Amino acid sequence: MTFGLDTLRHHLTRKAGLVGLVLGMSMAMPVAQAADGEVNIYSMRQAYLIEPILEEFTKETGVKVNVLFADDGLIERLAQEGPNSPADIVLTSSFGNTARLVDEGLTQPVESDTLMARVPEQFRAADNSWFALTLRARIFYTSKERMKEGDLVTYEGLADPKWKGKVCTRSGTHPYNVQMIAAMIAHKGTAETKTWLEGVKANLARKPQGNDRAQVKAVSEGECDIAVGNSYYFFKMLDNDEQRGWAEAVNPVFPKFEGGGTHVNVSAMVMTPHAPNRDNAVLLMEYLTGEAAQRIYADVNFEYPVNPNVKPSDALAGIGDLTPDSLTLDQIAANLRDALQLVAEVGYNE
Amino acid sequence: MAVTTSGATGPVTRSLMQKNRSWIWTTGAVGAALIVIIPLASIVWLALFPKDEGWFDIVRTSLPTYVSNTLILMVGVGIGTITGGVSTAWLVTVCRFPGRRIFEWALLLPLAVPAYLVAFVYTDILEYGGPVQGALRDLFGWQVKSDYWFPEIRSHGGAIIVLSLVLYPYVYMMARAAFLQQSVCALEAARTLGRTPWRCFWTVALPMARPALVIGVSLAMMETLNDFGTIDFFGVHTLTAGVFEVWRVMGNTGAAAQISLVMLLFVVGLLWLERSSRHRQRYGQTSSKIQALPGFELRGWRRLAAMTVCGTPLIFGFAVPFIVLAVNALRRLDQQLTPEYFAFTSNSLILSGTAAVCAVVIGLFMAYGVRLSGGKPLRILTRLASVGYAVPGAVLAVGVIVPFTSFDAVVGRFIEQSFGVPMGPILFGTAFAVVFAYVARFMAIGFGAVESALDKVTPHMDDAARTLGKGPLETLRRIHLPMIRGGILAGAILVFVDCMKELPATLILRPPFNFDTLATFVFQYASDEQFEQASLGAITIVIAGIIPVVLLSRAIRSARPGHANG
Repeated sequence: MTFGLDTLRHHLTRKAGLVGLVLGMSMAMPVAQAADGEVNIYSMRQAYLIEPILEEFTKETGVKVNVLFADDGLIERLAQEGPNSPADIVLTSSFGNTARLVDEGLTQPVESDTLMARVPEQFRAADNSWFALTLRARIFYTSKERMKEGDLVTYEGLADPKWKGKVCTRSGTHPYNVQMIAAMIAHKGTAETKTWLEGVKANLARKPQGNDRAQVKAVSEGECDIAVGNSYYFFKMLDNDEQRGWAEAVNPVFPKFEGGGTHVNVSAMVMTPHAPNRDNAVLLMEYLTGEAAQRIYADVNFEYPVNPNVKPSDALAGIGDLTPDSLTLDQIAANLRDALQLVAEVGYNE
Repeated sequence: MAVTTSGATGPVTRSLMQKNRSWIWTTGAVGAALIVIIPLASIVWLALFPKDEGWFDIVRTSLPTYVSNTLILMVGVGIGTITGGVSTAWLVTVCRFPGRRIFEWALLLPLAVPAYLVAFVYTDILEYGGPVQGALRDLFGWQVKSDYWFPEIRSHGGAIIVLSLVLYPYVYMMARAAFLQQSVCALEAARTLGRTPWRCFWTVALPMARPALVIGVSLAMMETLNDFGTIDFFGVHTLTAGVFEVWRVMGNTGAAAQISLVMLLFVVGLLWLERSSRHRQRYGQTSSKIQALPGFELRGWRRLAAMTVCGTPLIFGFAVPFIVLAVNALRRLDQQLTPEYFAFTSNSLILSGTAAVCAVVIGLFMAYGVRLSGGKPLRILTRLASVGYAVPGAVLAVGVIVPFTSFDAVVGRFIEQSFGVPMGPILFGTAFAVVFAYVARFMAIGFGAVESALDKVTPHMDDAARTLGKGPLETLRRIHLPMIRGGILAGAILVFVDCMKELPATLILRPPFNFDTLATFVFQYASDEQFEQASLGAITIVIAGIIPVVLLSRAIRSARPGHANG
């Protein structure tokens, strides 16, 4: 490859964003592409969370990574851009939006033995259209002062009348909660889940409000005794001068579904159907499931690595063992609508 | 074209010829309105062809709640902003008391603070674990929540108060401009006839200012309608919350668009309200005799009361949140003062500035087109162009994505077929798309400001100018622009401040890769529940809003004919 061509290509991408042209040229020069190209990510996760991983990737491979972070509308954007989209990879924040990407045909299968080996079957699509990267458990935070270990060990128990006026959660229509309720439906059916949800509502100390951390804060302040929240927030609060006190007032508890495990949500990755930098994208996808990247996910973001060879951080392991629920993510996705309907029917947010 | 410059034709003929050329303006106005309507049209299109209908069962269950919550909030904010806006505007305009000169401009400051930031700050202060309740518990020896009653900040009432605190300046601004422009004769006549100053206010000044007040209130109500940050934080489920629930959880764009259409009904109602009151304004002005306003000197307790009334919204709507944010930002100044921070700031300023200029220029085009040959269809079209204000920003953004990417696809295919060159995106993914969305979203402000300013210029002025042989453009330049300068500036500043705060459309439409504004930067951390990491960005949004807001106040003061410019 000559210097001139490379400069020209660089100039064109920079100047006019002629992705199509680059694509045409990259087909002629696949090796050069992989050696010093770029790869583009649309991310539903905050860019700064993945920055350290991407920096390592660039250092190792020389491939530059560009990130666009957005949430509402990102899928519409990708769908509408069609073949013009510069995106190679989409990083999702939850299973809900992963499922939607698949539904709308915004993925392509990635055949890679490396990925197959690193991501357990439960956490990737049968047709290889998506691969999970990390797991996040939806757990309880109970008051150290007012509750004992073993008082509450199941999701079902959240509806026990003895916790009347003791429970705090964020809005029932928030995706984190809707997914948890959908998992309950998958286990128990709609009717039983409705009774359960009514019970949980009756136990609320206050109208659902604020985010996950705000619930833990409320426990630390004595407003309630039990908060529902994602696992990684515990460590993020410990990391924060103002919030450390909130986390120190609670015990993280890993509840289970009766006859099941702990509800987990996954962050995942997919390759877009028209990925202009396909080879680099595969390279990056493999890297993200590799030990170095998974280690950072675990140590910096306190999430559970999907790669079984990478152990959760000591801190994370220290608060309890995670036994992920055995439901497949498709089973949960199938019940999202009914879950949302139940939230409306029982007037959970009112 | 050359005809007009010919010295051979007499003034009358020339004027007639130019009159016929006003179709250029009309066409231009239609074109401008259509541009803004494009994203709305594509939302309608999305709503008409949803990919599945199953969502409706869900929404039907909660729709009454959404609607009643929305109504409660809008009425509450309406009352709150009128009370706060009118009382303060009247006091600083007509009365004399210490600090009045400062209040005059300072009362606009809350406009620069995004509502969700105020919500954050007050939740911290007022919730169960906050300093206020903590102090009360220590003081009275209360132990737990059930020992006492304290108003819940995360509630309808809390949302109404927070939104009123940041939105009352819309009413204040309009009311003050209206009071300043009222002929002192009417007030003096009333006084001569034995009315007390208090009765003058109720029976003369307030009714005369009503059209302006309605504009201010309807802007505040539309902001309330599309607010998501505050209501989400407070757990008040309005229609906007409904849009995001079906969209995020169900992933159904069509359903989100359909609920947005329900919201548009509210807007049409508001616009109708505004329209019908503005119509009556024509009869409002009785005399144009202007002299310095009387300046009613307040003494004793009245003086204190006036200072309290003006000080309260300023302290709670601006000072408290500003200080809390500033303390947060200063505490982490060195880790936040990065080269990126300056890049984000300049991105924000450039995008918002461009959008502000575009919005008033297009607004001027539309308003002047209506004035020149205002047929009913054109009036309706320009009204429609203002509806974007009430659509949730993220939905409007999808309304921009659809036509832009379609354009890129069609033109790209054409170029590829004609020249054999593969073409990437042309319009989409550029800063242009962001500016376009801002203009479509905030056109109500740009157009409204220009239109209401133009309305106050008597048509006799146009007639005189045209009789004297000036064409529409020349008349606009020499007669109208100097007279409506203040209104245009006010419109541009409001649009600018709103764009600085705008988040959802910016987030989704910004150019791909490594492009952030202050708002998107702040959001990235706020959405991960680590708001304090971006406090410098947040305070910068507020500060960038303060400067134009102060300018705006000067513009309003100089808008009073005969008032010293300064």
